[in-house]
Amino acid sequence: MADGKVIYMDHAATTALHPEVLEAMTPYFSQLYHNPSSIYGPAQLARKGLDEAREGVASVLSSRPAEVVFTSGGTESDNSALKGAAMALKQMGNHILISSIEHHAVLHTCHWLEKLGFETTLLSVDKYGLVNPDDVAKAITDKTVLVSVMYANNEIGTVEPISDISKAVRARAKVLNRSIIMHTDAVQAAGYLDLNVDKLGVDMLSLSSHKFYGPKGAGVLYIRRGTPFTAQEMGGTQERNRRAGTENMPGIVGTAAALKRAERSREANVKHVQALRDQMIAGIEDTISRVRLNGHPTKRLPNNVNFSFEMVEGESTLVNMDMLGVCASSGSACTTASAEPSHVLIAIGQAMDIARGALRLTLGEENTKEDVAYVLSVLPGVIERLRAMAPVK
Amino acid sequence: MPQYTEKVIDHFMHPRNVGEIENPDGVSTITNPACGDTMMLQVKITGNVISEAKWRTLGCSVAIATSSIASEMMTGMKLEEAEKLSNKAIADALGGLPRVKMHCSVLAADALKDALKDFYTKHPDKKPYTVAK
Ligand SMILES: Cc1ncc(COP(=O)(O)O)c(C=O)c1O
Ligand code: FES
Repeated sequence: MADGKVIYMDHAATTALHPEVLEAMTPYFSQLYHNPSSIYGPAQLARKGLDEAREGVASVLSSRPAEVVFTSGGTESDNSALKGAAMALKQMGNHILISSIEHHAVLHTCHWLEKLGFETTLLSVDKYGLVNPDDVAKAITDKTVLVSVMYANNEIGTVEPISDISKAVRARAKVLNRSIIMHTDAVQAAGYLDLNVDKLGVDMLSLSSHKFYGPKGAGVLYIRRGTPFTAQEMGGTQERNRRAGTENMPGIVGTAAALKRAERSREANVKHVQALRDQMIAGIEDTISRVRLNGHPTKRLPNNVNFSFEMVEGESTLVNMDMLGVCASSGSACTTASAEPSHVLIAIGQAMDIARGALRLTLGEENTKEDVAYVLSVLPGVIERLRAMAPVK
Repeated sequence: MPQYTEKVIDHFMHPRNVGEIENPDGVSTITNPACGDTMMLQVKITGNVISEAKWRTLGCSVAIATSSIASEMMTGMKLEEAEKLSNKAIADALGGLPRVKMHCSVLAADALKDALKDFYTKHPDKKPYTVAK
């Protein structure tokens, strides 16, 4: 911006730690540094912090505290969920069902499991990125042990019908008389959607704290009581033998503080970002030609805007917007270094040349109407400038 | 923005020589197989020197910056020199590129070779004897 202010609109990539969360974490770095597994008095304070954090997370998930496992983030939660369930049930079958628009933490884990003899079916999605629960039911076989469908997509923001998918999975499991584990990657949903695990009907759910104003390198894997699970970290007995290793206390306390705060302010925050999102979407559609909104018009995260622009390379738009003081993304942060079009945009049926032109703006608490107005005042010029340079019109 | 040098940003934000030439002597439109980005290059040749170069590119910021600086570098170059203009030299002129973006500089270098080939096809007599293959 002219006054040098930077507008951050990449909250799906990460968020800034909230001061309130930092305050909750601070004592656990050096003051309450003791190992919560130790026997002496001071360690009991750390133990208390750990127990309270677990209860705090459980209260948001409407789960039992014992079902909450603290991890190093979304990637570990997804890895552990898939590997842990697959390993535990490998005598029962080798088939895994996931959507074709999962995060790489799920996709690549499945590829790895394939090397061990598992088979993965990628469920196709419709042009909005929606998974059809009937398709899930149909794809379940007498070898299926695990279904994993993300709650909300990180690129296009599409919100999947998780509770309907869970119901379909349960119904098929009953008919086939077998146990099928239902996992959801809720990393992008936290802070925006209801995380009640019973309403969702899931056995496992992944969270990553830095997506909801918590610390990086910390997250949660919810594992419903009785779910077959083989621990992926071996060592001590921490986290009820489901995740060995001395607890990351600042991260855990920060996770709980951030999640409780996110839940407390969820309604207001959803309202806030949704208004900005709608202003942004309408503004882009009004002022720029040959654009396409990626994702579902209404079944989408309240903070997600994702557009494809014909005749523009997404990276160019990002660099130009960066020069104008706007931090945005062309998809997931991990794919911006590569020139490959996003697997999500390909899955919703975009032609390769349009898939490269995507711009993702993900809004957050601190964004304002003025921020959106500023983006809308510069973006049409950026697209026009880049298009004017293109060889074909 | 630390990812790119000031030169890359300068040429991306203020690209030189964008457009077309009336009656060009050599033309090329090529696509980077790695990513699908496309560059169109046109050159005017006076004697054995590139006297003018114009381009249009649909690509990433680096593709645009390399198109721009390459058009400056080739202008005034003798044909036998221009033949040898490498993507490495173009990248160096921009103060270097991140390793993952080196492939983007190939576009401009290849377009130049291709435009010269077009020129020689139309004017076989102008082909400098130094050129092998
Ligand atoms: C949907 C989804 N799953 C998993 C992850 C991985 O989370 P993290 O990078 O925090 O481990 C991300 C983060 O980009 C995500 O968006
Ligand atoms: S990504 Fe295609 S040229 Fe740079």
